Amino acid sequence: MITVNGQAHEFEDGMTVTDLVRSLDLAAQRVAVELNGAIVPRAAFDSTLLHDDDKVEIVHFVGGG
Amino acid sequence: MSLAENAQPIPYTPSREEFHAALAERHTETYQQLIEQACVGIAGLGGLGSAVALHLARLGVGKLVLADLDAVDLSNLHRQQYAIAHLGMPKTEAIAQQIRAIDPYVELELHPVKISPENAPEIFRDCQIVCEAFDQPDQKAMLIETLLMQLPETVVVSGSGMAGIDSANSITTTHPLGRLYVCGDGTADVAEVGSLVSPRVGVCAAHEANMVLRLILGMDEP
Repeated sequence: MITVNGQAHEFEDGMTVTDLVRSLDLAAQRVAVELNGAIVPRAAFDSTLLHDDDKVEIVHFVGGG
Repeated sequence: MSLAENAQPIPYTPSREEFHAALAERHTETYQQLIEQACVGIAGLGGLGSAVALHLARLGVGKLVLADLDAVDLSNLHRQQYAIAHLGMPKTEAIAQQIRAIDPYVELELHPVKISPENAPEIFRDCQIVCEAFDQPDQKAMLIETLLMQLPETVVVSGSGMAGIDSANSITTTHPLGRLYVCGDGTADVAEVGSLVSPRVGVCAAHEANMVLRLILGMDEP
C-alpha cells in the first residue's frame, strides 16, 4: 500500500507517478507531486517508480485567477 | 456651501518616517519591521495578482517583484484592480501606478514578460515568498514546479478554485506540500463554471495575501 493525500491507496509493482496520476483521472500538466517530501518534476513522472509505504501528495490545479 | 463641497485634496506626500509610524501603529513596530524587510513576488497580475499586490502595498511590504506580460483590457475591469485610465497600459505599469498612489515607499521591480521555466528562477531569485496568480492550470503547475525545484528557500502561495458564485465560505488556505500553500476551493474551474466574479476572486486573493503576511511574520500554519 501507498498513501496518497493521506489516504491508503492500492499499489502494484512497477507503478510510476504517471500511472498513479492517470488512475486518479488527473492531467499530468495540472498537478504538482511530492514523493516522500521531495518534489517530482513532471519530466520524471514516467520514470519515477513507486514503492511500498511511499507517501505521495498530489495537488491538482483548476483554472481562474 | 457645506464643508464637504469646499474640501480640496491636500497636495502632500507623507514622508517615509510618517508612513512607517502610521503602519506600525496598526501592525505593531515589531511586525512592521519584518514587513518592511520582506521581498515578495507576484506571478500574474489579473484578478488574483492585482488584488494581492494592493493588499501587500497597504501592508507596506518592503519590495514587490511583479511579473505579467499582458496589457489592461476593458474585460479586466470587472474584477482586476485597474481603472479606465489604465486601458492599454502594461499591467505591470498600471499596478505600479496604483501601488505608488497608496504607498510610494514600496520598492517595485517590474517584469513585463511572459514567465517561463527558463526565466522564473532569475525573476524571483530574491523573493522569500512568491504568489502564483495565473489563470491557466498548466501554467500554475509549471511555475510551482519550477520555483520549488530551483529556489530551495522560497515558499509559494498559490490560488486554485475561485470561479463561479458558490459560497465564499468554501475558499480556504491549505498547506499540501512542504513549501506550497494553496488558497481556493480547489475545484471550481472557470472552464467548467464559466464565470469569475470580483467578490469571490477577492476572497481568494485576500487568503493569499493573508498567508503571505503570516509567513513574513513567521507563522506557518495556514
